[in-house]
Amino acid sequence: MKSDTQHDTQRVKGADLLQIRGLKIEGNSDGVWHPIVKGVDLTLKRGEVLGLIGESGAGKSTIGLAAMGFARPGCRIVDGTIMFDGIDLRTASEAEKRKLWGARIAYVAQSAAAAFNPAHKLIDQTIETAVRDGIRTKDQAVADSIDLYRRLQLPNPDHIGDRYPHQVSGGQLQRAMTAMAMSCRPDLIIFDEPTTALDVTTQVEVLAAMRNIVEQFHTAAIYITHDLAVVAQMADRIMVLRHGLEVEEAPTREMLKEPKKDYTKTLWAVRSLAKDESISDDVTLSIRNVDASYSGVVKVLDNVTVSLPRGRTVAVVGESGSGKSTLARAITGLLPPSKGEILFNGKALPKALKDRDKDTLRRIQMIYQSADTSLNPKQTIRDIIGRPLEFYHGVHGAARDRRVAELLDSIELNENYIDRLPTELSGGQKQRISIARALAAQPDIIICDEVTSALDQIVQEEILTLLMKLQKDTNVSYLFITHDIATVRAISDEIVVMHRGKVVQQGPKSQVLNPPHPAYTELLLSSVPQMDPDWLTNLLAARAEAKAKV
Amino acid sequence: MHPVLKTVLQRLGLGLLTLFVVSVVIFASLEMLPGGFAEAILGQGATPETVAAFNHQVGLDRPATVRYLEWIWNILHGDFGYSYAGLGGNIKRSVSELIAPRLYNTFFLAIMTAVVAVPLSLFLGIMAALYRNSWYDRIVNTITLTTIATPEFFIAYLLMFFFAIKHRWFYSLSTVSENTPLLEHMYRAALPALTLTLVIVAHMMRMTRASLINLLASPYMEMAQLKGVPRREAIVKHALPNAWAPIATVIAFNLAYLVVGVVVVEVVYVYPGIGQLMVDSVSSRDMPVVQACALIFAATYILLNLSADIVSIVTNPRLLHPK
Repeated sequence: MKSDTQHDTQRVKGADLLQIRGLKIEGNSDGVWHPIVKGVDLTLKRGEVLGLIGESGAGKSTIGLAAMGFARPGCRIVDGTIMFDGIDLRTASEAEKRKLWGARIAYVAQSAAAAFNPAHKLIDQTIETAVRDGIRTKDQAVADSIDLYRRLQLPNPDHIGDRYPHQVSGGQLQRAMTAMAMSCRPDLIIFDEPTTALDVTTQVEVLAAMRNIVEQFHTAAIYITHDLAVVAQMADRIMVLRHGLEVEEAPTREMLKEPKKDYTKTLWAVRSLAKDESISDDVTLSIRNVDASYSGVVKVLDNVTVSLPRGRTVAVVGESGSGKSTLARAITGLLPPSKGEILFNGKALPKALKDRDKDTLRRIQMIYQSADTSLNPKQTIRDIIGRPLEFYHGVHGAARDRRVAELLDSIELNENYIDRLPTELSGGQKQRISIARALAAQPDIIICDEVTSALDQIVQEEILTLLMKLQKDTNVSYLFITHDIATVRAISDEIVVMHRGKVVQQGPKSQVLNPPHPAYTELLLSSVPQMDPDWLTNLLAARAEAKAKV
Repeated sequence: MHPVLKTVLQRLGLGLLTLFVVSVVIFASLEMLPGGFAEAILGQGATPETVAAFNHQVGLDRPATVRYLEWIWNILHGDFGYSYAGLGGNIKRSVSELIAPRLYNTFFLAIMTAVVAVPLSLFLGIMAALYRNSWYDRIVNTITLTTIATPEFFIAYLLMFFFAIKHRWFYSLSTVSENTPLLEHMYRAALPALTLTLVIVAHMMRMTRASLINLLASPYMEMAQLKGVPRREAIVKHALPNAWAPIATVIAFNLAYLVVGVVVVEVVYVYPGIGQLMVDSVSSRDMPVVQACALIFAATYILLNLSADIVSIVTNPRLLHPK
């Protein structure tokens, strides 16, 4: 066994740990190999954290895995060298790489819930590599893991390891995975979007825990994310990637202060999208004291009162489990409320979907988060957008096609798309089609459930801009469900903050986003990462201070 | 009460209910069979009077509901009644006495087959998942598919031809009696067991392979690889524990087949199992024996499926260790 002190003395800060030169990776789709990474150079020194940032398809995860000498099935490394501490990972045998993996290079995956084996206890998975490689005995490894759990501020560190993955929360799992990666004291950890699946309030704790432990053990890391503000907290240097190529690379502060390339500047610009709020008293939908529950036991909505003015946008914001999507289900009649009433244009809305007439159905439309699953892959755009035209408005044949073309025009797509299938379109284009399908009914209200969450930032901005334009043209009201504060800032007139099924606060945007806040709103808003590299440090200090006062 | 225990008790209760329904179905469907034991035993020349007299003697002239209730009541007290076969004469043979040695033989053969076939198919399935799309995988798949697609009597005759006639390693007939010593019994049952193994291995092996391959793409398998776990260890330690539920279901299904579906193999090897007894009893309209056999078969199915359910619950930490 190597002791920690010995291990530490071996490390010389500043020496190169990882050198990637001319890395080219290809991916296979439908039997054709096409380039994913097109020649990337990367150098990482011991104890240094490099942030890899880019949109989906930039190749950042692929590069992260290649830094371990690994390519996912369907991918292959075709050119370049990957030198890890004097070992060429491209020519190393599987057995040689296996000795490095887990022991000297560790991986932290995006979804801890999926990356932990559901059949084994956390502790057994944490110590697996250390024990198998003979780095520690089982008892030593268990004791060490408990120490790591404690350093990572997991609750009840002595016993949390005896739990199975499904028994702990997502944020705790992500920290347990960091402990697992740390258990052999690796030289390098690859963090692959480790906080993307977490709520902002949880993200703060996880980021702080990961940053601490990497600093404590002086571990080099590659931190992969699409979120600039997050990477600003974690990385010493940032590399921006696009389409498998490096755009630019610089130390974090330098990069944030003055990005050189236009592409980087556009990444920065998205977050500044904002519209002026406009308040109206002309309420179209009024939800009054609504309770709803799936099992009949636990209330998912608890005495919820929300009103939606005509031609305005109300953003419903909250963490997962706050009941915001359930609110949408209650409004659409998919989950009839157990108590309370919903008034629509002054009249009571029948609770259950089947009791509503066609005209009421037409007036309330919905757009979902995933256009991939909400658009039928076997139907052409003509059928997808044409269906509500036929169903609600009785428009058929050439008249319908004309109307579909108009709708395509309004969502800024060429009318040639009419005969395409959803699979031929990009993520942003698919979401546009979802919007057109909702608009085709000429609704009074569109409920948007996390419609931009799965999209890249630049595409998000385009979709949000489009939604705002459409609102101006058609005076439609949006109930905009999201967990992302930047999106809220961009699109809303009013904001509803939800927490554990209750409405914490509703009011005009300027009022909700500016102090004084109720405690939960304060927690939520302060947890949103800022583009300031000192944000996390300052936030933690401020919270510690506030705690000390109490 | 622990939720697992609760589920098991629930399923057990449900199993008893099923068994009751099955008993009604068995009784009713045998009632509907044309002809009766009297006609079968007295021959075509029997006068209606002799048939009626015989039926009266056996008690068959009473209403069906009465006879059903009597039958089920006796079974609840462990009494399966008497075979019709001895009724004419002086020897009364109880059904239990008739069935017990046959059932023992059937279970003997089933267990012997299972002990070989289950580990073998698990092993072959794991190896096929490990080396999928390799030559090994293809060969194992082809061979097992061939054996499952070949009628079992044909496999039985082929094996008999090679192992009993060409090379006189085994007996061609597997006659055993209550006095046959254990090892001799195993030796005589070897060919039938081999035949059954060839019939059931494919199904279990392919399910093992498919369930494992299904899991190979999951993120925790990639994680295991990136933790440096060798492939073989990853499959056994990380994939297999999550694959038990579907595998156990298929194993239970095949084990049930070993008890209730092996009459063809029994006939070919003249092995005195319960399948043969049941077929004989059906043709002689010996209803008490048929009913008892059918009930035992139903109970076997229910119990084995219950065990498969228990395996899937116990191997699923979400159910075994609730939040």
